[in-house]
Amino acid sequence: MIFKFKDFISGLFFNVFKRKKTFKLGIYGPPNSGKSTLANKICIDWLGEPLSKVSNIPHETREIKIKEKITIRHKGKSLSFNIIDTPGIATRIDFEDFLKYRLSSKEAKKRAKEATKGVIESIKWLDNVDCVVVVLDATKNPYSQVNLTIIGNLAARKIPVLVVGNKIDLKRANVKKIEAAFPQYKVVGISALKGHNMDEFYKSLFKIAK
Amino acid sequence: MITLQFISTQELAGLDEEEKIKKLLTYVKSDNIVVLDSKLKPEEEAYLIKLTMTEINSKFKGIEIATIFPEKKTLQGLQKLRFNIAKILLGREHGLTIIGPAALIKEIKKDPGRIRLLMKKTKK
Repeated sequence: MIFKFKDFISGLFFNVFKRKKTFKLGIYGPPNSGKSTLANKICIDWLGEPLSKVSNIPHETREIKIKEKITIRHKGKSLSFNIIDTPGIATRIDFEDFLKYRLSSKEAKKRAKEATKGVIESIKWLDNVDCVVVVLDATKNPYSQVNLTIIGNLAARKIPVLVVGNKIDLKRANVKKIEAAFPQYKVVGISALKGHNMDEFYKSLFKIAK
Repeated sequence: MITLQFISTQELAGLDEEEKIKKLLTYVKSDNIVVLDSKLKPEEEAYLIKLTMTEINSKFKGIEIATIFPEKKTLQGLQKLRFNIAKILLGREHGLTIIGPAALIKEIKKDPGRIRLLMKKTKK
């Protein structure tokens, strides 16, 4: 009887802490798909302050950025998580590509070096996230190998995934093509920059984070 | 001159994941376009990207990679059975993997059932 009472009390404590535990939400994707813009949008919507610097130059985020204790609310329910904004995953990094953005040779080489380290960090973090939003540029071909590698690795680790087709404010955006490429996942078309369809995004986040 | 290196999975048999990926990357770094007669596992692809990043320098700009494989959902009846038997017997999945140096390949365009390699113009 005493043992049963002890089990009940410890179970109660375990459940309370389990419920309060915040999960780690990873934001993954190829470079320049809008990962940091989305991370910023989430942080501004629910904390009132941005997380990462954004720019048009690829590999702007070259280190993991973390914002803790974000709580979002939807239909009376709340969801708490730490957001992990990751550097874009790429298979090629050429410092000469950065020269087109008027960076000096020295700056471009430094950026390329940091970007390679960022890619490695992103891949390492795949083992530390509980749930992932894969951000794809909806104006680009979704069948790129980087996209398949990211989603394949998340599937192998049985990590819940929400696929986001970002930049739907642009004319060339095609969310249906992303849906066709990844039929096994929920795909939400958004514009993180303009804030389009964010309600649907938050609603979907609740569903995958269950 | 561009060299296409066709590699059978048997040639890589007996190698562990790291050795296999290191061997493939060595071929690619020697300006070969590698065509492997199977699909790499997602973990192998991730390791290949990690290893590539550690090797990037002013001469080696990285890789381009694409895999093509039959979607299990599109296979039916006997096809599906053959696919599963081959997977059990060979210990690998059907497919094709192409890996090449980014300095030679401008872009790999991929649709679900087709891969197109766009090469960079070489100076005469």
